[in-house]
Amino acid sequence: MSGASATAEPPVREAPPSAEPGKWRQYAIAAAFLAPAAFFLGVWIIYPMIKTIIRSFYGRDGSDFVGIDNYRTLFSSDTLVRAIENNAIWVIVVPAAVTALGLLYAVLTERIRWAVAFKTVVFMPMAVSAFAAGVTWRIMYQQEPDRGAINAGIGAVKGVFSPTGVLSEAAPSSDALEQQPSGALTLAQPLQAGDVALLGLTRIRSEEVPEIAQQAVEPESKPGEITGVVWRDFKPGGGTPGKVEQEELGLPGVTVELRDSNGEAVETAKTADDGSFTFRDVSQGDYTVGIGASTFAQPFGGVSWLGSKLITPSIIISYIWIWAGFAMVVIAAGLAAISRETLEAARTDGATEWQVFWRVTVPQLWPVLTVVFITLLINVLKVFDIVLAVAPQSVQDDANVIALAMWRTSFGGVSDFGLGSAIAVFLFLLVLPILAIQIRRFRREQGA
Amino acid sequence: MRRRFVYFALAALLALLAAACGGGSESSATGTSGGGNNESISGSVSLMGIWVGTEQQSIQAVLDGFKEQYPNVDVKYNAAGDNIVTVLATAVQGGNPPDLATIAQPGTIAEYARAGELQPIDFAKDTIAANYDDSIVDLGTVDGKLYSFLFKGANKSTVWYNVPVFNDAGVDPPETWDDFLANADTLKASGVPAYSIGGADGWTLTDLFENIYIRTAGPEMYDKLAAHEIPWTDQSVKDALSEMAKVLGDTDNIAGGTQGALQTDFPTSVTQVFADPPKAAQVIEADFVAGEIVNSTKAKPETGFNEFAFPSINDSPQLVVGGGDQVVMFKDSPAAEALVEYLASPEAAAIWVKRGGFSSPNKNVSEDDYPDPILKATATALASAETFRFDLSDLQPSAFGGTVGQGLFKLFQDFLADPNDVDGISQKMEDAAKKAYGNQ
Repeated sequence: MSGASATAEPPVREAPPSAEPGKWRQYAIAAAFLAPAAFFLGVWIIYPMIKTIIRSFYGRDGSDFVGIDNYRTLFSSDTLVRAIENNAIWVIVVPAAVTALGLLYAVLTERIRWAVAFKTVVFMPMAVSAFAAGVTWRIMYQQEPDRGAINAGIGAVKGVFSPTGVLSEAAPSSDALEQQPSGALTLAQPLQAGDVALLGLTRIRSEEVPEIAQQAVEPESKPGEITGVVWRDFKPGGGTPGKVEQEELGLPGVTVELRDSNGEAVETAKTADDGSFTFRDVSQGDYTVGIGASTFAQPFGGVSWLGSKLITPSIIISYIWIWAGFAMVVIAAGLAAISRETLEAARTDGATEWQVFWRVTVPQLWPVLTVVFITLLINVLKVFDIVLAVAPQSVQDDANVIALAMWRTSFGGVSDFGLGSAIAVFLFLLVLPILAIQIRRFRREQGA
Repeated sequence: MRRRFVYFALAALLALLAAACGGGSESSATGTSGGGNNESISGSVSLMGIWVGTEQQSIQAVLDGFKEQYPNVDVKYNAAGDNIVTVLATAVQGGNPPDLATIAQPGTIAEYARAGELQPIDFAKDTIAANYDDSIVDLGTVDGKLYSFLFKGANKSTVWYNVPVFNDAGVDPPETWDDFLANADTLKASGVPAYSIGGADGWTLTDLFENIYIRTAGPEMYDKLAAHEIPWTDQSVKDALSEMAKVLGDTDNIAGGTQGALQTDFPTSVTQVFADPPKAAQVIEADFVAGEIVNSTKAKPETGFNEFAFPSINDSPQLVVGGGDQVVMFKDSPAAEALVEYLASPEAAAIWVKRGGFSSPNKNVSEDDYPDPILKATATALASAETFRFDLSDLQPSAFGGTVGQGLFKLFQDFLADPNDVDGISQKMEDAAKKAYGNQ
């Protein structure tokens, strides 16, 4: 565009309109100046574009003409339709969200101290490549709270309100113990005074058993009391479930509850080093013995950010994080250019801050907002690298977007260059109208 | 002055054009044909391979050995890395493939061979037949011509376990599938989940299926399924899937549960078995697990980690499912032919074997050359297996068997998510297979 206007000028100034040879020379010079740019455009843009369009009408290996079959597959294959749907979500959510967030930041930073520092921090992600940012986010999104920073944060907050139980992984060793809906374990058989309660647990790693633990002993029955033992019902090789055997250690410090037939807790006891416990002075009637749910409270397992359901929102969040800074800087520049007098005038006339913002600031910012919005629209249509970087392979289908689908079809192992070309042409057609709008706007601004 | 500039600009443009056109016609020098003397062969030959890092140094050592035998041939190794399928596809599409390349998927080799892109290597058939098992010669044969041979093997019928965890639970490496499943219960009771599954990488799941299928259905059925002569809805497939569900359906016994397994990639599935505290007791994968353990964990061979052969199901004989990198030839020249012959020889393989991290399917490589006992065991099992079969998913058209997020990889991930739906998943596999075979 700038090249065209530059070469149009010299003839007016220099060459007399009648001199034919001079005119030829001017054309030659224009051509010489244009040639390098035209050459590079031709080799890297025009030729590949035409070749891609032609290739999209041929099959896998490029020898057989298939007409519009590739385009039909494009709109009928599940994975490709999914990619188009996801891209639609991106287009609807991201440009609007980023522009809004950028506007918010820009307006707020006008009013705070340390604005430069804040702006630098928000703009920083733009300095990182999208792929590197994607890898970082993928690590932060890991489900395992030990590995993913986000789930570790959520887990830390949750841990304050519902702490993890001391035997969170443990499970009953036999059918004698039943798991209640609350998570508590109780003996299936009701007990009476003089009975013995055997609470065998498995799935406890040997290192998790406290060092003070001693060999478990099967308790003796005592009149008027309920005696029992809580122990790790496992020895190398497995042992017999439900039986206290040699090499099996008692579990010290476990709180055992005695409940009456109404389910009311009557008494609690803590187990000794050999896992034994005793409820004294038990009156007549049926009782259940069990271990409370809090002992088995599960640790926070983590939100599945990278699972098939949340993957697209997760990637979109990381993308917004990258681009919010860009929007903020551009909009802030636009904001600085607004004449303060209009704002002052509105305030003098009694407008509230809210009215000033919507009725005075935003309309004057409108051209800048449109530029940010359209830039993002084009970028979002072509989004590729961050999806590839964040989404694990098992959910790439769920996170798929058009550009990624093109790459996977052509180079990701399918090696179907025909279908890949068709996807590329489709993407190109989608971007085209937006480009046209952008160019028209650009021309209008230059004309004005 | 101005005119001179115009000429200059035009000249520069022409020069650029000439350079651009010249780029495509680069050709490797051809040697003098025939001749028995090694020195009479000259020229250059390029090999494109998947190996990078230490493996690149090892293949370079192998090629240096070639250079000693053929001093007048220039050998150049191009490391394409994991992207080799893409790099090769682009190079072939652009009409400028390397002289030799390694491909891990026989399915892809067959596609290239039928498209006429590959040169047959029948001239080396005697060397290859003398050094390799018949099944490997069969594997490299497409429509009666030999196109490839397996240079670097991988024994995929191995299970790697955490030795202290096994000792703590009091279980021994199992020989039968029933013992294997019983061990899993004991391991669970001991407090460590039995299985670590790298479900984020679909190929770990197809490997597990292949090992079960070849044992429950036998090698003949395996070949039929590989060639899609029987459908994926066949009862034998469903039976194997049901056996597989005994592992995948034991959700409590998988590290991280089903959802965790779907997000665990292969390297993590290995390291979490040998982490402190261990998150699982064993991982069912190929011999290259050893490299991952040595590089990324503190576990030591035999005291920390060890392996056992995939257990026998219903008294099945010793069977090895494997994979590996096969050498193919895109451009024929005396230098390229000499390199093919050289790579198929035991001398070439021995160079890499001694450096470690290499299982040679070449049966004339001495087992004493292997640097450690575990590698020796897995490599010997590979080279001397009663029955060796190539990884079934690699034998499929790539859209069905070799593409991330599609075909078998994706469907086995779906199966991991819902192991009860044997009928539904086998129907989906058959649908995908039909489509892929139809497109060929």
